[in-house]
Amino acid sequence: MVKQALARAKQVADYNSFLSLTEERALKRAAQIDSGEISGKLAGVPFVVKDNMLAFGAPTTAASVMLKDFHAPLQATAVEKLEAEGAICIGKSNLDAFAHGGSTENSAYGVTKNAHDTKRVAGGSSGGSAVITALDVVPFALGTDTGGSIRQPASFNGVVGIKPTYGTVSRYGVVAMASSTDTIGCFTHTAADADVVMGIMAGRDANDMTTLPNFWNEKSNSVKKSLQIGLIKETMGDGIDTEVQAAVYEYAERLKGAGHTVREVSMPTISYSLGMYYVIVPAEISSNLARYDGVRYGYRSQNATSLEELYGQSRDQGFEMENKRRIMIGSFVLSSGFFDAYYQQAQKARALLCSEFDELFASYDLLLSPVSPTPAFAIGQKTNDPIQMYKADIMTVPASLAGLPAVSVPAGVSSTGLPVGAQLIGPQKSDRLLLRLAAQLEKGA
Amino acid sequence: MTKITREDVLHLAKLSSLELTDDEVTAMQDELTEITDYIAMLGGLTTEGVEPKYQVSGLENIYREDEPQTSSVSREDLLALSYATSDDQVKVPKVL
Repeated sequence: MVKQALARAKQVADYNSFLSLTEERALKRAAQIDSGEISGKLAGVPFVVKDNMLAFGAPTTAASVMLKDFHAPLQATAVEKLEAEGAICIGKSNLDAFAHGGSTENSAYGVTKNAHDTKRVAGGSSGGSAVITALDVVPFALGTDTGGSIRQPASFNGVVGIKPTYGTVSRYGVVAMASSTDTIGCFTHTAADADVVMGIMAGRDANDMTTLPNFWNEKSNSVKKSLQIGLIKETMGDGIDTEVQAAVYEYAERLKGAGHTVREVSMPTISYSLGMYYVIVPAEISSNLARYDGVRYGYRSQNATSLEELYGQSRDQGFEMENKRRIMIGSFVLSSGFFDAYYQQAQKARALLCSEFDELFASYDLLLSPVSPTPAFAIGQKTNDPIQMYKADIMTVPASLAGLPAVSVPAGVSSTGLPVGAQLIGPQKSDRLLLRLAAQLEKGA
Repeated sequence: MTKITREDVLHLAKLSSLELTDDEVTAMQDELTEITDYIAMLGGLTTEGVEPKYQVSGLENIYREDEPQTSSVSREDLLALSYATSDDQVKVPKVL
């Protein structure tokens, strides 16, 4: 299986979805499986890791110049747990540098192409992992999702993508972006596969104090015969591609056909969520990326004559433009004079958004919306317009800000053959319910 | 609309430890003006009396046992990650 996956990975090299292959280590581990030295639930199953997660066998670059030659001295807890069950990492996938972006165009190592149309973007930031799964290289690939970075590329490439409840999977050994919304999830072909992978990765880790006690095996996640589902009205209005709307309505019909109730609900605050996101997340990015100073590890500028120059030049040369843009926005919203109006106001708005979700979950088991306002857009279409690029996240950031689990499921195909996803959002820790419902509908398909 | 000036950009770059090129400063001035204008929409929400929500999991003060732990990563492993070392120390340009 590993040899087959490696061969397939080389076959699809034109998509630029891989940053490296961990061939030597993978084949060695495969031999250990064959000899019975390693066993487990996923014995011999090949998988791919987004290149902002530490893994042995290849550098962890975060698709940046800053970490070009960074060979991790340890592995991410998520990777360790999968390896403990016998899974075999065959390579590292492309992303927007430091996971900042929604198209995988911000990679220092070139654009990843969409699995269904090579003139279009893969989505992002976990674009590589989505394309690799869609092209059938491996049964599952890992991603990170801070504001939609798993769900949106899953939708653009027609695979299942889950962003779990905040705190489900340890982030130890993962390049930090925004600590209050960063999560680790996966891409798969079926919801049942995602359930297995997430179940292995979930649970407390002494190396990440934000992890929740493992809730994956709690009983509350079984699918009731008839679920109450709210379709968020504000996500189906102006600016949303009509084919996307049609696919989501069709998914709603299929939910009804399976015996569930779907009703339109309103979330007035949701239209402010992108504003909240682009205050809170850059603020957290500006602090998290302060560690890249060219001193202890990472890229170092050769021309600096003082320590201050060393910091400034290494950071300017090691980061991509979008990284710098977000660091600068973060510094702006946190600086004196603007802190109350932007940062504090965004965190208050976030509290309002969370209460709106809570109120809806008092009457509804889960919510339904599109994943992205459009199917995959053309490569280069939004690269010169940061705001337009940010708007591609408009449907996915609300669940991130509230720490809720959300699953992107294939819901249809546009007239030009591009996949369209629907998003299921549930209360915290309802991850398995979302996956089980998605699985129920897959069977009906 | 708050116009971000060139001086604002340079000030933010200093706060961010980024030595931007002239072209980057120019580009950043327009982009930050546009972005700050967009996020200013938050001013339209009434948030009087609302407590800010900095985190969503509700976990607080999670500690491990106060016992020394060993790491799989050695001092040598970590020093090997740095561009320049000398006498088991990380080397940087002269500070004083």
